[in-house]
Amino acid sequence: MAMLAPATPKSWYLPTKPHKFCPGCGHGITLKALGEAIDELGIQQNTIFGCDIGCSLLAWNFFACDSTQTHHGRTTPVMVGIKRARPELITIGYMGDGGGYSIGSQHLLNSAVRNEKVTLILVNNTNYGMTGGQMAPTTLPGQITETSPYGRDAEATGYPTRGPEFIAELTPEGAYVARATVSKYKQLRRFIRNAIRNQMEGNGFSFVEVLSTCPTNWRTNAQQTWSFLEDKMEGYFPVGELKNPLGKGDK
Amino acid sequence: MDKIIGEPKKAFMTGNETVAWACLAAGADIMFGYPITPQNEVMHYWTRLAPKYNRGFLQTEDELSAGFTTCGAVQVGKKAFTATAGPGNVLMQEPFGMAEAMRLPLLTVIQQRGGPSSGTVVYSQQEVTLTTYGGNGEGHRIVYSTATHQEIYDYVIKGFNIAWKYRFPTFILGDGYQAKMREPLEMYDPQDKGIEMVKPYSLIGVPGQIGVDREPQHLCNIYSLEEELYDVVMEVAAEYETITPELVEFDSKYCEDAEVIIVSHGVVSRAADDAVKILRNQGIKAGYFRPITLRPFPQQQLRECIAKSDAKQLLVAESAYGQLERLIKQEIYGETIKINNLFMPGVGIIDFDIINKVKSII
Repeated sequence: MAMLAPATPKSWYLPTKPHKFCPGCGHGITLKALGEAIDELGIQQNTIFGCDIGCSLLAWNFFACDSTQTHHGRTTPVMVGIKRARPELITIGYMGDGGGYSIGSQHLLNSAVRNEKVTLILVNNTNYGMTGGQMAPTTLPGQITETSPYGRDAEATGYPTRGPEFIAELTPEGAYVARATVSKYKQLRRFIRNAIRNQMEGNGFSFVEVLSTCPTNWRTNAQQTWSFLEDKMEGYFPVGELKNPLGKGDK
Repeated sequence: MDKIIGEPKKAFMTGNETVAWACLAAGADIMFGYPITPQNEVMHYWTRLAPKYNRGFLQTEDELSAGFTTCGAVQVGKKAFTATAGPGNVLMQEPFGMAEAMRLPLLTVIQQRGGPSSGTVVYSQQEVTLTTYGGNGEGHRIVYSTATHQEIYDYVIKGFNIAWKYRFPTFILGDGYQAKMREPLEMYDPQDKGIEMVKPYSLIGVPGQIGVDREPQHLCNIYSLEEELYDVVMEVAAEYETITPELVEFDSKYCEDAEVIIVSHGVVSRAADDAVKILRNQGIKAGYFRPITLRPFPQQQLRECIAKSDAKQLLVAESAYGQLERLIKQEIYGETIKINNLFMPGVGIIDFDIINKVKSII
């Protein structure tokens, strides 16, 4: 029996496929969900995709959408500048947990407070992947990284940032805030679609954190990778919609 | 383009207000800014004027954001600008680096304040090095050092055109005196002076259907290979060198028979101008050279001035501890003329200071 090849999103830019993320990395799954959401919403022609520096930079030519590449942590203001200048464009910013929650946290926080009409997707893999696996704001207590070689000590370095929770607190009612995981693909795609629709409807700031995998830096095999994602990460970072002005909350 | 000013008219206002009017007349679409003295009134006037003319403004969370939002706006084809000073200028070097790398036509007004650190909020010429060469790597930018409010008005209009024509980030380097002082100037709509405004255009969000009549635009800002970056840096450097003769601006007076040439820029050049006239009246043959573009620097023109004169000495006068002097030394390397200095970091220089210094060295 012939195997059916998985369908490729129409909005993917095929000359740059296969993509360059590590085997087992969750970026590919996230970007597939984003591609399918762009297709479903029919917005390929008027979307500006912007990526951060970090592993997310590898997505700079991922889509057949006009795209730009910024600096570490600075995708949020670039997207805000684009949206403020050309409100008819759909702006989708793509970043990691270091870029969004650490070096770019002031941009994330203030854009959320201002209820900027941008969609931001933040991939949380609990470490700085591109630079070789250092501790991130999202590293779990006890987790070993290159800069927490004896395990993250919460007394010395604090507890992991729960981004969607603080963004939900900061934003007014029109904002969309959710946490998805690459282990629940259909939900991930729905959350991303909702976050884009929320921008299209002009409701406000739209934010999805995506729990993702990094077997390269976690030094885990397939089973350990999935176990860390589903058992450890999803335990600390609850998955679901925190705010959904579209009125179709995840049950 | 809409007429803003109508008939050219005289005005008496601060330099910061002048910036706001000039940006309006130049057709600027949107300003992004963050409060820092002495540029605040650029925002104050812009926020009063902008809604009346359907222009945009966003007060960002910091200067990083002001710079990067400006980068975003110009990428989608809008004339955007920002203004800052001092530590804000330091923070903005990051977005300016992106503008250099991606060739983004930002227009930025720098109103220099005292440094290092928070320094003073008053005045200096201590942001020359930062504004001309502040980025990481070796990017290219265009820096005009203005001396009068008329020049602020003229060069803001010109700056937008130069930025969009050549796609290099462009700077109007003023200072706290120019920012806060009132003086007369003539305001005008560019078209009334025969100035054609360069139309902005998008780098992303461009017309056409992706996959039908065009490819997607993918703007790259980081490279995997040494050679890829090398090619980009060399190509941009070569282009910048090619256009340098079109960009360079300077002013010189009385250099032909000068014994000493006073080199200064910005508001200090007004003191130098007065000093040269007074010295000449006293029989001392002083000359005057003022770079208007600090980058690219009018190095050939300064060399020619030195060659044509009998001058054995330069006097570099600046409200900084040698930032202009360093530029000059690197630009006229090989000249044997003696270089003297009058460094008054963070304080104003008047004709009297320069006259005394000249008399002490001849």
